[in-house]
Amino acid sequence: MNSNNLKKTDVIFGIWPCMEDNKYPILEAVINRNPDDIIKDIINSGLKGRGGAGFPTGLKWKFAASQTESEKYIICNADEGEPGTFKDREILLKVPEKIFAGMAICSHCIKAKKGFVYLRGEYKFMLPQLNKVLESFHESIRKTGYDFEIKILLGSGAYVCGEETSLMESMEGKRGEPRNKPPFPVVEGFNNKPTVINNVETFVNVAMIQKLGVAEFVKLGTDDSRGSKVFSVSGDTPKPGVFELELGMKLSDFVAEYGDGDTKAVQVGGASGFCVPRKRFEDTIIGFEGVPTGGSMMLFNSTRSMYNVLSNYLDFFAEESCGQCTPCRVGCQQLIQGIKAVKKGSKNEDYLDSLLKLTESMKITAKCGLGQSVANSFYSIVTNFKEEMIY
Amino acid sequence: METKINLEIDGINISVEKGTTILEAARRLNIKIPTLCHHPDLCVAGNCRVCVVEQEGARTLQASCATPVSEGMVIFTNTLKVRTARKHIIELLLSEHNSECTKCYKNGNCELQSLAADYKITNDSLIDLVPFKNYTIDNFSPSIIKDDSKCIRCQRCVRTCEQLQSVSALSVAYKGEHMKISTFLEKPMFEVVCTNCGQCVNRCPVGALVERNYIDEVWNAIYDKNKHVVVQTAPAVRIALGEDLGIENGEIVTGKMVAALRKLGFDSVLDTDFTADLTIMEEGTELLTMLKKAIVDKDSSVALPMATSCSPGWIKFIEHQYPQLLPNLSTCKSPQQMFGALAKTYYAEKRNLNPADIISVSIMPCTAKKYEADRPEMRSSGYKDVDYVLTTRELAVMIKQAGLDFKSLPEEKCDSIMGQSTGAAVIFGASGGVMEAALRTAYEIITGKEIPFENLNITPVRGMQGVKEASLKIMDTLPEWNFLEGVTLNTAVAHGLANAKTVMDSVAEGKANYHFIEIMACPDGCLGGGGQPIPTCREIRVKRNEAIYREDAGMALRKSHENPEVIQIYQEFLEKPLGHKSHELLHTKYTDRKSK
Repeated sequence: MNSNNLKKTDVIFGIWPCMEDNKYPILEAVINRNPDDIIKDIINSGLKGRGGAGFPTGLKWKFAASQTESEKYIICNADEGEPGTFKDREILLKVPEKIFAGMAICSHCIKAKKGFVYLRGEYKFMLPQLNKVLESFHESIRKTGYDFEIKILLGSGAYVCGEETSLMESMEGKRGEPRNKPPFPVVEGFNNKPTVINNVETFVNVAMIQKLGVAEFVKLGTDDSRGSKVFSVSGDTPKPGVFELELGMKLSDFVAEYGDGDTKAVQVGGASGFCVPRKRFEDTIIGFEGVPTGGSMMLFNSTRSMYNVLSNYLDFFAEESCGQCTPCRVGCQQLIQGIKAVKKGSKNEDYLDSLLKLTESMKITAKCGLGQSVANSFYSIVTNFKEEMIY
Repeated sequence: METKINLEIDGINISVEKGTTILEAARRLNIKIPTLCHHPDLCVAGNCRVCVVEQEGARTLQASCATPVSEGMVIFTNTLKVRTARKHIIELLLSEHNSECTKCYKNGNCELQSLAADYKITNDSLIDLVPFKNYTIDNFSPSIIKDDSKCIRCQRCVRTCEQLQSVSALSVAYKGEHMKISTFLEKPMFEVVCTNCGQCVNRCPVGALVERNYIDEVWNAIYDKNKHVVVQTAPAVRIALGEDLGIENGEIVTGKMVAALRKLGFDSVLDTDFTADLTIMEEGTELLTMLKKAIVDKDSSVALPMATSCSPGWIKFIEHQYPQLLPNLSTCKSPQQMFGALAKTYYAEKRNLNPADIISVSIMPCTAKKYEADRPEMRSSGYKDVDYVLTTRELAVMIKQAGLDFKSLPEEKCDSIMGQSTGAAVIFGASGGVMEAALRTAYEIITGKEIPFENLNITPVRGMQGVKEASLKIMDTLPEWNFLEGVTLNTAVAHGLANAKTVMDSVAEGKANYHFIEIMACPDGCLGGGGQPIPTCREIRVKRNEAIYREDAGMALRKSHENPEVIQIYQEFLEKPLGHKSHELLHTKYTDRKSK
């Protein structure tokens, strides 16, 4: 397969400027539009959240807009913590003005006056630059007479705080732990007020749709996965880095471009995503109809032990679980000890089946996406690389 | 009009109020869904996940305790998927839990153990994680033992300490596999702001938080021929003890309890009620003296409102949180400690015993009483005034150990002296009881007449409301009290430390115009004490509360100052309230624990 099948795009970082001479012409255009029309645009564009879960952005905004509370909030989730993901870093560094513009569009749609960027603690170094851009953004928004203000808050390093409700708990000064859902954030979010929380890239996409129009956006991608996506490519690749590609590509095309010729498996979507073995590259579509990803693409070649890969993920989850719910807290520890025992021979290989059943229960009983998604990498690695687990 | 939500659970249609959880709806249909982190007194946590149910069309199972019903919802509580998941959850909890059940204080009384029994967890399907853990036991406190190896991280204790008590001595520390319930800087519980109230102990579903028990020590004392062992029982014990011995919630078992204590071998079965009445005499006089200083002498140094001092959890709370208000506390010891001091002085004299040979035991609804008895200032008899404090639960254990058939025991009466009680003393066990008892006596001292409430029932201070306020205009005073003529006495009653905080904040800010406040550390007063039978929840406390007032109503004497033994002790020993001997034996001082 040759790499020409991959369509590289440049809509997130390039093509259209959002800010000209420190001015945001996009804002004036937005403020004069009917919020419902904008939401309809977003719905029609088919845009799905870029954080990984893929919830339709327009629908989320519609729910939030229908809430009658006068106080609402917008949060940009910039707590990029999924192992192998570093695309938001690039977006925040290169086009922060597009993120702010996207948030302003959202504020107009749902009638919120306050927005927050929850920035990963390790990205503290960006603060001076981001605040500088934010200052000029505030200045130009003030000139239009529109009332919206963004504040940047720093996270403290917990992976689970990338989960939307934990993030809000953290913002409220509490321990970062997921809440029970329902109520969902669009009904009761930050400070128990209706809140829209979206990924960094989602807001940029929104600004893009406003700027270039729905028609331009839907030209990219497939029916289920509209638009392009910023990918973080890492692992055994000669070309590590951040790349913007059209959604709906075949994994084989991706590997042809980024692999080192010896790619054994690709972990799509980070530690909480799926591990796709070589034999499935050809029939795996990267997108919501196939294997979705928040951007992380980790390539492994034949020198890598998939046991070590899995063991590394599990250590990560056992450490980064908030610890409140049983399946996630104890389940992760059991999986670690379980694969160790099988490797050592103190449990026979059938024990892997018991562990797979355990992950099935974790998937349907854990309180949040963290515990629910441990099953993804565990199942895909254990079933595809069983011999590596045992010998 | 209230919106009703229609749903189906296990094929049965039900219509419930909006906001009802799936768990509550299922319970109305008598469908039992197991729970662990859920407790009716506490906010929803949804973290143990044992209550999961299947919802038609949903990708994941739902925690029934945390999920509100929605229109048209179809729920299944007992599918294969649900059973498998629940069994996994129980197995996971057990794998992290020190499961040496036969050596556990909570053996037979553990919610995890009964779940494991219900689900017939018989094989080690998962790996025992306990050896990988570095679990510690905090057994430094005289009241509470915290064993992390038993903890299932349900956070009932954390929610209790924070929401019901506003103390937050216990909270969640670390995350993931290292997550644990801890104190500030992982210090022992007795070195932090813990009030020893034991509400966490009462709500812990397993053996992670238990009372320090003194059962063996008390048995040893009983069997020691050279010791004279006296026992006192607090008013709230007699209306709850039966619950641990197969008797229905809300039944009064005073007579059977006395009979049981005698059969256990205590040399003298006496009553904390006696010193509760004595407390009213001392505390009432103290209040009137302060009012006189404030009104007649215009002494601005008088710290009003005066607050009650019977509840040792409350004492520790104010010592930590409001040390600037310590002068407002009555200097009266609690009835338990008054009793202890008198047992080794007055009682020893009357019975011609060497106080060194007396072992004084108290049965309390309370774990903080254990700490209180250990306080260095509680040795005014020259000995440790109260040697051992047992909770209601520990007494029930002793009765079972002795093989007594509690239900068939005869009704017996306490010994004398220091065994006589009045209705005023009995109601000390309920929130508002001390206030009511004090008012019954004080009003009569001031006016020479009974307080003008039907059957002496001062209903405004009764009941389960968190903070109760009552005002009483004093009229037709006797000549020596005429400075109180026309004065409106403002009172407040609070139970549970979160409510205490509300009242004390307003006192601290100078917003309150109270003269007298009653505060009990535990929800609904001593009847909801940390040492009471498990489970304790509002529904159960309501019945205990009714029992207390029933006991009061049925007594011949209803006013503390009419207790003949109280009259006698003033004649023979103490002379008068706030007299020299009283000061020496019945009053105490407090410690500022904040500045330390």
